[in-house]
Amino acid sequence: MQSARLDVRKTHKLFIGGAFVRGESGRALAAVDAAGIHLDNFCHASRKDLRDAVAAARSAFGGWAKKSAYLKGQILYRAAEMLESRAAAMAAEIARAGVDPSEARREVDAAIDRLVYFAGWTDKFAQVFGAVNPVASSHFNFTVPEPTGVVVVLAPDEPSLVAPVALLAGVILTGNAAVILASETKPLPLLGFAEILATSDLPGGVVNILSGKRAELIPHIAAHKDINAVVDGSGDPSAQAELRQGTAVNLKRYARRQNPAEENPYSILDSIEFKTAWHPIGV
Amino acid sequence: MTLSVAKVSTPTIDQVMVEERAAAFTKRSIKAAAKLAGLKMAVAMMDLTTLEGKDTPGKVACLCRKALQPIEAKYEVPNCAAVCVYPSMVRCARRFLGERSPVRIASVATGFPSGQFPLRTRLEEVRRAAGDGADEIDMVIDRGAFLAGEHRKVFDEIVAVKQACGAAHLKVILETGELVTYDNVRAASDLAMQAGADFIKTSTGKIQPAATLPVTLVMLEAIRDYFFATGIRIGMKPAGGIRNAKQSLAYLVMVKETLGDDWLTPELFRFGASTLLNDVLMQIVKTTDGQYQSADYFSLS
Repeated sequence: MQSARLDVRKTHKLFIGGAFVRGESGRALAAVDAAGIHLDNFCHASRKDLRDAVAAARSAFGGWAKKSAYLKGQILYRAAEMLESRAAAMAAEIARAGVDPSEARREVDAAIDRLVYFAGWTDKFAQVFGAVNPVASSHFNFTVPEPTGVVVVLAPDEPSLVAPVALLAGVILTGNAAVILASETKPLPLLGFAEILATSDLPGGVVNILSGKRAELIPHIAAHKDINAVVDGSGDPSAQAELRQGTAVNLKRYARRQNPAEENPYSILDSIEFKTAWHPIGV
Repeated sequence: MTLSVAKVSTPTIDQVMVEERAAAFTKRSIKAAAKLAGLKMAVAMMDLTTLEGKDTPGKVACLCRKALQPIEAKYEVPNCAAVCVYPSMVRCARRFLGERSPVRIASVATGFPSGQFPLRTRLEEVRRAAGDGADEIDMVIDRGAFLAGEHRKVFDEIVAVKQACGAAHLKVILETGELVTYDNVRAASDLAMQAGADFIKTSTGKIQPAATLPVTLVMLEAIRDYFFATGIRIGMKPAGGIRNAKQSLAYLVMVKETLGDDWLTPELFRFGASTLLNDVLMQIVKTTDGQYQSADYFSLS
C-alpha cells in the first residue's frame, strides 16, 4: 500500500557558534552514493562562512579553555552517550553512502569508543606530557601543556564518521576550539554528528562544522591569521602542499595525520603549546 | 516647551518608521575601494576614548600615541580626531601631544556621567578642563531635570556651560538611554542646539543602551531641521556601543544620506569609541593585504 505521507528530507546545514545555519552564499552541493544516486543537498561554505566559524571559535576558546579538565571530560563522555543513543540513525547515514550496514555500525561503535577514550585524556595529558625539569639552580622548573587556540581540522573522505570524531576529540579535549571542514564527497555523517554535539552541553562555538569544497577554502585557511594550527587528516596531497606553503608565511602550526581515526594520545601534541615556569625554592 | 529662543518646532517621532529606516542603512553593500575609504574616514572621525577610574598618565600617553599614528605608515591611515579623557587627565594628554597637535583633546565634564552635581562645581570643572588645554568639552545634561519637565533649567545650564567653555567646542551629551522615548531625544536635541551646543552626542557609554542607529537618526534629523531653520551646522557624535567596522560604515552611510557630504568631516561628525579603532584597523589591513587578521597582532587597547 502506498503511503500518503510526503517525504520529510533533512536540510544539512553548517554548524557555527552552536547554531545550525545556511551558508552565507546560499550555495548547495549534492551528496551522492557510490552509484551516483542523489542522497541530499548540503551547504557549500564560502570564505565568509569560514571567517564566521573562526570568529565563533575564537570567542568560545577562552571560556572552554578555562573549564576544568573534569568538566571537559564529562562533556566528551556526554557526546559519547548521545552518539550511543542515536547509533542506529548514524549507522544508517553512513550506510546510505554505500558502506556495508554492519561495517557502518562498527564504525559508529568505534566513534563512540574514541569519544570515551579521549574523554579520559582530559585530566591526564597534562601529567603525561608535562614535566618537572631538573635544573642546577634552586628552582622548581616545570613545563605544562596549554591549548594553542583556534584549530582548523580537515576531515578525510573515509572513514566518514570515526575519523572526524577522533580528530575533533583530540583537538578540543585540551581546551582548543575547532573548525572542521567535512569531506567533500561524504559529508553527511559529520554534519549529522553536529546534532550530537549540540545536545552534549558543549558550549556553542567550541566545534564548528563546515562543508563545501576543500580547494576553495584551503588558501583562506592557510592565510587567516586568527587560526593558530591546522590538523590535516584529509590525505589530500595538493591540500598538504598548499597548506605547508601558506602556513610557513604566518608561522601557523601544520600537522598532517596519516591515520586520522586511530586511538593515539600523541595526536594531542599537534595542538598544544608548552609553557615552562621557574619557581624559586625557599622564598 | 516654551523657550524664548525657540527657532524650530519639535515634531513627534514615528518610532516604527525611524527604526525601519535606520535598519535599512545596515543593508548597503560597501566593498573594496569604497570600504577602504570609509574605514579611513571613520578613523579620522574617531574620538579615541578612555573613561575609567583606573586611567593612569601612562594609559593616556598610550592612547595619545595611538591617536597620532594608529598603525604603520604604509597603510596610509589618518590620525584620529581627538582623544577623550577625564578632566584630571587633560594636562597629561596636553603634555604628551604638545601645543600644535593634529589630535585634539576632548574632556568630559559637568559631573560626568550622572550630571547630578551642583551647577557651581560643574562650571568650575569646565573652566579647569578648558584652562588645562582641552579643545573640546563633552558635557552631560541633567537628565533628572529634563525628565521632570524642567527644560528651562537644562537650557540655562547648557548656556552657562557654553560660556564657561570659552574658546573650547561644546558637545552636549543627552544620554539617550535614559531619555526613554525618541520624542524626548528629539526635544533634548532641539533644546541643546538652541542653547549653543556645537555638537550633540548620544551617550556617556556608561548606560545601556548607548548609541544606536535609530537614536542617531532622530538626532541627525534634528540637526538637519535646525540647519534649514537657521543655517547653522551642528555636529553629531554617537558614542558607546559602536564596536565594529561594519557598524561604523552604517553610521557613515546614514550621515551621508541624511545630512549630505558636508557632514562627512571630523569637524561635524565624530565617533566616541575605545574598542572600535582596533576592529577598523583590522579591516583596513585585511582589505589592503587580503588576509583575515587576528586581534593578537593589534594593540590591547
